Amino acid sequence: MSVDMLLFFTFVLAIFLGFELISKVPSQLHTPLMSGSNAISGITIVGAVLAAGSTDNETIRIVLGILAVTVATINVVGGYLVTDRMLAMFRGKEKGETR
Amino acid sequence: MIGDTPINAGYLVASALFIIGLKMLSRQQTARRGNMVSAVGMLLAVIMALLNSGLDYRYIIIGLLIGAVVGAVAALRVALTSMPEMVALFNGFGGLASLLVGWAEYEKTRSLWADEPASAGLMMLIGTALAVLIGGVTFSGSLVAWGKLSQKLPGRPILFPGQQVLNLLIALCALGLAVAFIVDPAGMHVPFLVLVGLSLLLGVLITIPIGGADMPVVISLLNSYSGLAGCAAGFVISNTVLIVSGSLVGASGIILTTIMCKAMNRSLSNVLFGGFGATGGSKGTAAEGEAKAIDTEGAYYVLEAANSVVIVPGYGMAVAQAQHAVRELAQLLEGNGAQVSFGIHPVAGRMPGHMNVLLAEANVPYEQLQEMDDVNAQMDNCDVAIVIGANDVVNPAARDDATSPIYGMPIVEVDRARAVFVLKRSMASGFAGIPNPLFFNENTRMLFGDAKASIEALVAEFKEA
Repeated sequence: MSVDMLLFFTFVLAIFLGFELISKVPSQLHTPLMSGSNAISGITIVGAVLAAGSTDNETIRIVLGILAVTVATINVVGGYLVTDRMLAMFRGKEKGETR
Repeated sequence: MIGDTPINAGYLVASALFIIGLKMLSRQQTARRGNMVSAVGMLLAVIMALLNSGLDYRYIIIGLLIGAVVGAVAALRVALTSMPEMVALFNGFGGLASLLVGWAEYEKTRSLWADEPASAGLMMLIGTALAVLIGGVTFSGSLVAWGKLSQKLPGRPILFPGQQVLNLLIALCALGLAVAFIVDPAGMHVPFLVLVGLSLLLGVLITIPIGGADMPVVISLLNSYSGLAGCAAGFVISNTVLIVSGSLVGASGIILTTIMCKAMNRSLSNVLFGGFGATGGSKGTAAEGEAKAIDTEGAYYVLEAANSVVIVPGYGMAVAQAQHAVRELAQLLEGNGAQVSFGIHPVAGRMPGHMNVLLAEANVPYEQLQEMDDVNAQMDNCDVAIVIGANDVVNPAARDDATSPIYGMPIVEVDRARAVFVLKRSMASGFAGIPNPLFFNENTRMLFGDAKASIEALVAEFKEA
């Protein structure tokens, strides 16, 4: 099997896995799930690192690469922190100290 | 990239951590740890990427530092009430990153392709075109969503004649360019740049006609797009971890979108192309009768005697910033011996789960935040239902009036409670202009005024007693 074919194979299986994984989510968790999965979509940071790090010294590619790393990092760091802040607020009666 | 075994093993572990993290995110007890598991996966993936040999670290570090500082400051300083627009903005950055990765890789390889067109793999070309197209739409669409949610742009649908035809034409142009690029990338530099521009334009044009109340659908859809864009970027650089995690996010976004559409009993295409609430057509049977007002003192006497109270919040509660006052009222009611729960409609507010975040921020315990179906099951035993800044999600016409545009949409059936208090500024109809017969029901009382002021007045009544 060619590399392309393997990658496509992976893609199709991962889509199915995604549907199975999160089919039943309580509505209380919709925002954190969205925000947390949004942070995962920042995985493109891996591509950005490779683009910014390649050593061909072409200005346009360097600029695009730096920009890509920057916005992907904002997505990743901001996404995880915001999600954590949100989830820290969801607490039950026994744990909530201000009740 | 493919072929470096230790690095690929790291990517595999990272993918597994994302899967476990997402699974944990979908249960209350494990959600916070799940988010951390997924963050560890991300850290691992970045370290693996940095381990690739022959990288020039100077530029990478600049980007990582700026991004980490900006992201952390934004995430830690944003008011929790501004969460919807923050999530939209972060989502947009993810899309932009995928676009830039596709573009940068294209700039890196296009000279090679010019000499040797056969060196470009088909999947890589498709990935490049899609990363730019989906990434661009995600970025500019999320920016518009951010503007609408933060009220920098008008929340109502922006419509103009021929809009759908124009959108279709631009979409077809973009797709045509993408196909031409995939078929023969050599000498396509200018068309490629045009494709970047068209993608950004398309994102704006398909988001502006969508009204504020439909935002939960759009945000979930853009969330899905950002994952798919990352996935496309994965095909550009033949990287499995991008493909796996991008697909997971794409799928979870689609699931959320479907849940949101079901909660409004509308199809996705109706949301995207309907321009709901701005078009003419049937508004359903006008409700007749006279709405009966009540003052805070009268409302207090009823609440004081109530044994079970359901509070139904809507976007109006967020606008009035009334969540803290509402929590205080709920505590006083409980102290008074009443059972209090919050009935939360899936599309109440401007993003999926919006009301839950607001109320959790105000320290309402998780157990009190109940889903629509659970609240409806107990509604016949409910003494008082308090509707705060919600309208369509409690409109009984959705259940009873087949001519109503929202007929079939599941609602929180507050009209079955023994008494209903509706907190509302005036009798003006809601966003979509659909008449709400609830206001004229025998057991409904209108408590006019600013929601926060009304609740605070009720709180004061309880404290004086």
